[in-house]
Amino acid sequence: MSDAAAKPGRDEDAGKAARIGINAPIRAHELNLGFKYEISAMHDGEKLKQCFQCGTCTSDCPIARFSDTYRPRMIIRMAQLGLRDRVLSSDTLWLCAACFTCTDRCPQDVEVASVIRILRNFAVREGFMPLIFRELGSNILRIGVAYEIPELRLKKREIVGLPPLPKSDLNDMLKLANATGFSKTLKETERK
Amino acid sequence: MIKSGQSANKEFLLFLGCAIPYRVSSYEISTRKVLAKLGVKLVEMPDYNCCGLPIDPVNHEMMLSLAARNLCVAEQKKLDIVALCPGCAGTLRKVNKKLKESKELREKVNGYLKEINMEFHGTVEAKHLLQLLVEDVGLEKIRDAVTKPLTKLQVADHAGCHVSRPSKQVSFDNSEDPEVLKNLIEATGAKHVDYKDKLSCCGAPIAGVNDKIPLQLAREKLSSMRNAGAQILVTVCPFCHMMFDTNQLRIERMFTETFKIPVLHYPQLLGLALGFSSSDLALRDLRVDPSGIISPYAMEGS
Repeated sequence: MSDAAAKPGRDEDAGKAARIGINAPIRAHELNLGFKYEISAMHDGEKLKQCFQCGTCTSDCPIARFSDTYRPRMIIRMAQLGLRDRVLSSDTLWLCAACFTCTDRCPQDVEVASVIRILRNFAVREGFMPLIFRELGSNILRIGVAYEIPELRLKKREIVGLPPLPKSDLNDMLKLANATGFSKTLKETERK
Repeated sequence: MIKSGQSANKEFLLFLGCAIPYRVSSYEISTRKVLAKLGVKLVEMPDYNCCGLPIDPVNHEMMLSLAARNLCVAEQKKLDIVALCPGCAGTLRKVNKKLKESKELREKVNGYLKEINMEFHGTVEAKHLLQLLVEDVGLEKIRDAVTKPLTKLQVADHAGCHVSRPSKQVSFDNSEDPEVLKNLIEATGAKHVDYKDKLSCCGAPIAGVNDKIPLQLAREKLSSMRNAGAQILVTVCPFCHMMFDTNQLRIERMFTETFKIPVLHYPQLLGLALGFSSSDLALRDLRVDPSGIISPYAMEGS
C-alpha cells in the first residue's frame, strides 16, 4: 500500500478534494474560518493558533524523512487556514506515528501530534478512516482488546506455565462505547 | 529526578495489554522471572481491557474511558499498575495525570464511567517496567544481584517513544537524552553503545496503513547500530521488538543487506546476568538467533 491509506469518503467531492492533492492552489471558498476555533475548543488543541510555521515538527519527524507527502507543518497550516475538507480527506493525516517528537520540540508549545489526533477524530466522523482502525475498534467491542489472541497462543501460555489472561467485561465495553459515541462511529463507517 | 529503591518488595498489578500475549510472550516470560528474583510481586489484573491507545485516532473520549476503566480496576485493588508495553504505560500515565489535574475532564470521563458503575479517584500510579526497575528496585540492587556480568558485550538500546514522550505528560527519564535504559544495560556489566538517530521512532505504529516507511526507518536504525558496533539490541516495547526482530529478515531481504543483530527484551539481557538459562528466558522465541553472541554468558537450557 502507498500513502493512499485512508478509505474513500462519503461523497464524491471530498474524494475529489483528496485527489486534488494538498499542493493544489487554495480557493477562497474552501476556507472554513471557524475551523481553527473548532480545533482549539478540543482537549489538547488549544494552542493551534500559536504555530508560527517554523518547521521544527517536520524537520524532526521520522516519518517525514521517508514520506513524500507527510508534513506535520503543512497539516497544522491547513488546519489554521480552515482547509477543512482538504485536510480531513487527506491520506497523509494517517501517517503520523504518534511518537510525539514534534509535540516535545515545538517552541510554541503546540501539541502537534494531538492536533493531528483531533483532526483524525473529525475525519472519522466525516467517514474517512483506514480499515485497520475499524478492525481494532470492533475487536475492542468483541473481545475487549485491540488484537485477538489466537487460541494457539492461549494454549502455549498454559504449556509454558503462564497464568491465564484476565478477561474483559464486554458489557462494560459496550456501555462505554455507546456513551462516548464510539459505537455510532463504528456503525457509520461500516456503511461507507 | 529518578528516585531509587525507595519501596522494594512492592506489589504491582501487571498490565499485559494485547501485543505482548499476541506476539512477544518471551518479554512476559523473562519479565516474570527477573522481577521474582528481584523481589517484586506481580498480581494479575482481575479483569482488564485495551489501554485505549489503538483507538485514540478514532475517538479520544473512548480512549480516555478505556484507560480510566483500567485505572479504576487498579484503584479497587489498591495497587499501582506496571505495564510492559510503553504504549499502554504511557497511555495510562497520561490519562491518570490528566484526570487528576483537570476537574473538567475528570467529571466528563466520570460521566461515562457512571454507566458502568465506576468512578475515577486518582489514588494509584501507573508505571512502565523501566520505571519500576529504577525507582522501586533500584540500580544498586540490580548491580548487586548480577552474578554473571556481561562483560565486553556491546549493547545498543531502543527504549521506544512512549517511555518518555510526550515528556510533559509522561514525566519519566529525559526524552532528549535518555539515561534509564543505558544505566540498566550497564548494570548488567555490558557496554552500552550509542548510535545515530537513536531517539527516532521505529515506525511500527503506522505499519497498519503503510508497509514501506516503517521498514525503511527500521533499516536505517539497524544500519546505524551495526555501524556503531552493536552486537545486540535491547528493547522494552513489543512493537519496537516486532520491527527489529520479527521483521529483520524481511528488511535484510528487501534491502539486500545483512544485520544479524539479535534483539533481546531488556529482562532477557538482565536475566542472563542474573544467571538464568536461555530457556528460562525464552531466548529461543527470538527470530534472530542470539545463541552465538551470548554463548559465553548463557547457561544452556535447564
